[in-house]
Amino acid sequence: MSARITAIRMPRYGMTMTEGAVSGWLAEPGDAVAVGQDLLEVETTKITNVETAAAAGTLRRRVVERGGVVPVGALVGVIADPEVPEAEIDAFVAAHAAAPVAENGEAAGGPVESLVDLGAATIAIRRTPAASGADAAPVVLVHGFGGDGDNWLLVEPALADDRPVITLDLPGHGRSGTVCGDGSIATLAQVLLNLLVALGIPKVHLAGHSLGGAIALAAAATAPERVLSLSLVAPAGLGPGIDDGYIAGFLAADRRKELKDVLGRLFADPDAVERRMIDGVLRMKRQDGVPEALSAIAAANFPGGRQAIDLRPALAALALPVAVIWGDQDGIVDPANADGLPEAVAVSRLAGVGHMPQLERPAEVVRLVKAAIAAGGG
Amino acid sequence: MPRKSFRQALNEGLRLEMRRDPRIFVMGEDVAGGKGASGEQDAWGGAFGVTKGLLAEFGPERVRDTPITESAFVGAAAGAAMAGMRPVVEIMFVDFMGVCFDQIFNQAAKFRYMFGGKAVTPMVLRATFGAGTGSASQHSQALYPLFTHIPGLKVVVPSTPYDAKGLLIEAIRDDDPVIFLEHKAMYDDVGDVPDGAYVVPFGEAAVLRDGGDVTIVAFGRMVGRAMEAAARLARDGIEATVVDPRTTSPLDIDTIIETLEETGRLVIVDEAYPRCGMAADIAGIIAEEAFGLLKAPIRKVTPPHAPVPYAPELEAAYIPSVERIEAAVRGVVGWSR
Amino acid sequence: MQLAREDLLTAYRTMALIRVFEERVQREMSSGDIPGSTHLYAGQEASAVGISMHLGDMDRVASTHRGHGHSIAKGCDVDGMMAEIFARSTGICHGKGGSMHIADLDKGMLGANGIVGGAAPIACGAALAARMTGSGAVAVAYSGDGGFNQGTMAESLNLARVWDLPVIFAIEDNGFAEATASSWAVAGDIVARGAAYGIPAERVDGTDVFAVHEAAGRAVARGRAGDGPTLLHIMVPRYLGHFSGDSDTYRTPDEKRAMRTDRDCLKVFRDKVLPAGLLEMDQLDAIDAEVAALVDGSVVAARAAPRPDPATVATDVYVSYP
Repeated sequence: MSARITAIRMPRYGMTMTEGAVSGWLAEPGDAVAVGQDLLEVETTKITNVETAAAAGTLRRRVVERGGVVPVGALVGVIADPEVPEAEIDAFVAAHAAAPVAENGEAAGGPVESLVDLGAATIAIRRTPAASGADAAPVVLVHGFGGDGDNWLLVEPALADDRPVITLDLPGHGRSGTVCGDGSIATLAQVLLNLLVALGIPKVHLAGHSLGGAIALAAAATAPERVLSLSLVAPAGLGPGIDDGYIAGFLAADRRKELKDVLGRLFADPDAVERRMIDGVLRMKRQDGVPEALSAIAAANFPGGRQAIDLRPALAALALPVAVIWGDQDGIVDPANADGLPEAVAVSRLAGVGHMPQLERPAEVVRLVKAAIAAGGG
Repeated sequence: MPRKSFRQALNEGLRLEMRRDPRIFVMGEDVAGGKGASGEQDAWGGAFGVTKGLLAEFGPERVRDTPITESAFVGAAAGAAMAGMRPVVEIMFVDFMGVCFDQIFNQAAKFRYMFGGKAVTPMVLRATFGAGTGSASQHSQALYPLFTHIPGLKVVVPSTPYDAKGLLIEAIRDDDPVIFLEHKAMYDDVGDVPDGAYVVPFGEAAVLRDGGDVTIVAFGRMVGRAMEAAARLARDGIEATVVDPRTTSPLDIDTIIETLEETGRLVIVDEAYPRCGMAADIAGIIAEEAFGLLKAPIRKVTPPHAPVPYAPELEAAYIPSVERIEAAVRGVVGWSR
Repeated sequence: MQLAREDLLTAYRTMALIRVFEERVQREMSSGDIPGSTHLYAGQEASAVGISMHLGDMDRVASTHRGHGHSIAKGCDVDGMMAEIFARSTGICHGKGGSMHIADLDKGMLGANGIVGGAAPIACGAALAARMTGSGAVAVAYSGDGGFNQGTMAESLNLARVWDLPVIFAIEDNGFAEATASSWAVAGDIVARGAAYGIPAERVDGTDVFAVHEAAGRAVARGRAGDGPTLLHIMVPRYLGHFSGDSDTYRTPDEKRAMRTDRDCLKVFRDKVLPAGLLEMDQLDAIDAEVAALVDGSVVAARAAPRPDPATVATDVYVSYP
């Protein structure tokens, strides 16, 4: 197969995705494209995302037009140098038509979901196998309050380039059980450490978002020998402030409209909240036991609209690579909390980004997390 | 996410709720099957197998086979509900409610109002509905508009296994009488269904697809057909929003209007009869409340005003098809004054 | 006749109260201040009283369109009932039900019922609840001779026997289904119909509260013991027409006169207890005066009570409705 021809395939976002729709092309056939340039919109039952070009060249074919639904791994377009003959492109497309779904690592070993029994707690995880480097220390992603593992859908595939990726659902969230003890960050950090033991992971790169950032930090402070690097995305635990209206509104909202307003506060652009995200959160909140667990976690960690725990001393005591990533439009946890951190901490501020950098700027978050991982080694 | 059939989802919803609350019991014709016979005592688990296995866990007091006396056992459900129980009754076919209609709409539906707000009648009447199985005129109707017409009743028409379980649990926990209708051609449909208990609230439509050109409202089995029509139309650049109200009473008219603010065009797909059906009802409400949003006349896609026929060719001509939905959408999108 | 003195006084007082209440409603109907129509129980009092003397609040009754007597005997508040009939907001159903839908669930009164034959399945359900919870309660399904012809009755008798429900079918045969004589409209025999389902059934003189009390006692005991249903065919006179505006020309004046002289449960009661020295005449007279004053008061209060606020027209349709 010619190295000058690059396949554009239907990506996979998460375990449950088996097919996706091309909801729009952002380039015309014949357009020159650069690496990283926005190329097409992909829509699934969970999310809409913009796929960027993985290679430079000319967009030679749009195999699947707008509205077309194809399986994960299927050929949706072709990028090639302009001088590649049409016949060669046609042959490339024909070859894929004969074997419609790519037999590459992605299709063969997609993400696997499972439940891990930790005694009282049952934790749902999703493992995305490494494209290469199956033996490398995995990166474990910890979502924030009210979220779930799917918050990382857009960064999982790229982070799995060179190591396994594991996302988990915190207790009371996603598909995990609702037993969450006192719901405190210390308790949840212990659940995370217990999970690593249960999974037989001696060394790990941790990334956490918001409350999950505080949990990852607390876990690193408790068991620094296990943690190779720490990436904190808009983390809790570094200052007393929190948007109490968000927490209270999130707990109270039980209809789509109310929740849309609440979730809009997470993003620099409130319209970024899609109906599918709202429906997903409502589904979670409507499970027996979940409202009680969420209330317990909120009460333990954000009593009276303030953060209950200060992890700055713990952060200062850590001797491992730490990245802090913060959107400058974050209305939930004040980005000023990134001020005055220890010199060794790599602080990145993302302009025009709210509280959800991993959804608002996934490529940037991948780059920064990978930098921390590289510094941590393993 | 575990994949389960519509039937499994309903069975699981019943089982979880019966474990939670001892006041809940199921009754109906052959909900176990085999009562008084020499052989298996859970031979049927209901005519469509939805209650299969409940007898073994909960016993014959809480999984009660009834004689074929719908008036007596539906009325008994109303009486038991007023006396503190939470019955879930199975009526094999919604058509059979014809023989016990008094107990539903004069009794259970009216207690609370007639008695000045003192009565609470928490009962669920489950029944199959719908055409497509060659069962002809007395076993195929989509009678949800009939119940929707009656104040005091809530009416549920799920279209996915996920919704079926969540709406059934909500129905069982609800304190009003609920008519819960299951399309008999959908029991083997499979979808994502969590293992635990969860609810889907009444009066909240599901929006299954977003598109700017037309809103398609559909119920029950017609939701899948509307989605298929929408996918076909998208290939021609016509983008449809598909709304499944999930409950016809209460009805989430707000969500329909919200989508019309963007689309301005409305097609309603209803397997019920065209006169005084849900399509007619929604068309009337929209004409009254959202006339200014409309860029084209509202179109209804329904069966003809005729009973459900027997022969496969006639039945296929009877039930709204993907092609008819597609044509209706093209009609409103291409409409000009 | 094993009634204690207190029970005798209660029986007489309740019968007298029902009689006075019904005759007063009949009179007030002509004032035009009561909407719709009423179906009055005068003449049938011993039936409801003889049965209800065995019942507590946990026991439930499902009644008919002719339900005032059942309601009073089951303990419903007379002021609330009268206010309801006068369609006042202070009524027992806040003016939403009226004469045909009087109910008080706390008293075990599951409602009068505007649908002839509608109550029996509901009573079976209340009996089923009693059976499933092991409460020991029973349920009474009242019906007239007309209602007993309805299909729901056949279904309910069958279900009650099949499930051994603690339910008493109290069939009050006043000789007329509206304007049609039961001698013509009821095929066969009501007691035999019950027996055909394997249900113990007996005919009872409904003008004799002692006879009703004894038969009902056996029925209630059977239900509480787990032995299932009973049918009582209770023969009663209907003093007034089918409904309050019924000219009642299908019955001869002689027939109507005769039932008042020969088949009056209050007179039957006096004739039994006074000669036997069980109660004194002045005790009964005092009761007559007391219940007359009580009913007077209920009418005065009802007339003075506020009418329902039109804003409540669509409240209490559902427990919750988004």
